[in-house]
Amino acid sequence: MRRSNALWRLYVAAFYLFLFAPLFTVAVFAFNASGFASPPWRGFTLAWFVGTGAEFGKPGVLRDRAMLAAIANSFEVAIPVALMAVILGTANAFVLERAQFRGKHVLALMMLWPLVIPGVILGISILAFFSRLANGLEDWLQRDLEFLRPGHTLMVLGQLSFILSLSTLIIAARLRRFDRALEEAAFDLGASRTRVLRTVTLPYLRPAMVGAGLVALLMSFENFNTTLMLVGSEPPLPVYMYGQMREGATPAVNAVSLLLMLFAGGLATVAVMVARHD
Amino acid sequence: MSEPRRFGLFLLLAPAALWLGLLVILPHVEIAILSVSERIAPRVYAFGLANYREFFVEPLYWRTFARTAVMSIMVTALTLLLAFPVALYIARAARGRAKSILFLLCLLPFWVSELVRTLGWMILMRETGVISTSLQKIGLISGPIELLYNDGAVVLGLVYGGLLFMVVPLVNALDSLDPSLVEAGYDLGGSRATVLRRIVIPHAMPGIVAGCIVVFMLTVGNFATPVLLGGKNGLWFTEQIYSQFITRFNWPQGSAFGFLLLALSSAIVWGGLKLSGQSLGQTLRQG
Repeated sequence: MRRSNALWRLYVAAFYLFLFAPLFTVAVFAFNASGFASPPWRGFTLAWFVGTGAEFGKPGVLRDRAMLAAIANSFEVAIPVALMAVILGTANAFVLERAQFRGKHVLALMMLWPLVIPGVILGISILAFFSRLANGLEDWLQRDLEFLRPGHTLMVLGQLSFILSLSTLIIAARLRRFDRALEEAAFDLGASRTRVLRTVTLPYLRPAMVGAGLVALLMSFENFNTTLMLVGSEPPLPVYMYGQMREGATPAVNAVSLLLMLFAGGLATVAVMVARHD
Repeated sequence: MSEPRRFGLFLLLAPAALWLGLLVILPHVEIAILSVSERIAPRVYAFGLANYREFFVEPLYWRTFARTAVMSIMVTALTLLLAFPVALYIARAARGRAKSILFLLCLLPFWVSELVRTLGWMILMRETGVISTSLQKIGLISGPIELLYNDGAVVLGLVYGGLLFMVVPLVNALDSLDPSLVEAGYDLGGSRATVLRRIVIPHAMPGIVAGCIVVFMLTVGNFATPVLLGGKNGLWFTEQIYSQFITRFNWPQGSAFGFLLLALSSAIVWGGLKLSGQSLGQTLRQG
């Protein structure tokens, strides 16, 4: 009995080692003074973050134009996705928890669908549909609608297609726990519908809205499968990293990975704090 | 329903209708149509099942499909096997602070992009990587070894990527197991294995099903891990879809492949739900 308990504990320890080994490795080799992210250790350097490229022929992340452009592209996609996920997700939450209409069950089920569709298929279907739309409109209007072709708009829409399911679930879960008596009290005190919404219901929902926004930001930043199908000439960070990794990446990719880990860790901490505050 | 209320409902439903209509339903209708289109002349298409026929005729396609399905089942089983003892430990053995820290530590790596995690495995496993170099240093092997670009590497990467989605539903399911039930099992003379088999595992079943469904779905639909860790030998079906769509620009063929993958993934999700008698909503909320 005791020996099997020790074995169990040993296994759990090995499991956590396994879990963190790749992340630890990525972080360590971001500081290796070598042109390749491989042993041996050639000394500590910050060149892969701030170097000009004089030492290793390739600049560090913060001076690498292509890398900075990829980071900017990621933000340009992630911020609209997060904002729309919160606003539309809140509307959907009211549909699920408050509205009464025929076919609500079917709609509630359909809102979960995107989570069980492989991301690659979401990507190709949106690519194909919007191309047909663009071609049809081009014949009709006699001009090419650039935003319906692969690029920022399609990436935002593609990511939104499944991130909206998540934000809807998160916000609806909180709305379900809301005590309607609070709203009724406000109505009794003579408040209008909009005023009740603004001063009672939405403030109550705020932690869930912030949480959903942070989750959406992170999911957008990290999405690869759907985004890959919809990317135009300006790749966001994961697609850019993928290209670099296929060609044989320099430790600059490690450096940007470490920054990404810190960014994700920061967002996660804020999300946990918001959840605890509530 | 009064007019203004009806208008209000209409307005409230508009985002959901636009989202599901324009981003989910119509796009899938579009690839359904594309998948049954045959090119009969340049830019002229007619109805036909040639794209599906092509899938069964060309061995590379159906073999890659079968390989993806079989390997995904293996990955799911292996993930369950690896995650179960850890979930059991978090849910039953760990107490108080240690418990929440262990649980949080499990979530942490999955806040980081899949590509970062894959990069880590590449640095560890390549010919000039950390494992190969360390083994040479301690004298276990004489020359460098390449651990990447084989099925083992692909399975490892996919199992790693699936762990979180297995551990979380398992912990949630095991958390609600009443300790007195386990004690009763021992009191009645049950061995450790018997208690596990007759009490703990049946109780964890909803979590096991939820975890397996999600892990299988994510594994089948994965793209970066098999391509980066498997290289030319990765041969994952999503790669075929990508190459038809993006490289060869044969959208009808790619759409047919997409539908086949969707059918596989949906069949497993549906089968798993039927097996456990749970609804999709319950299952997704577990995860």
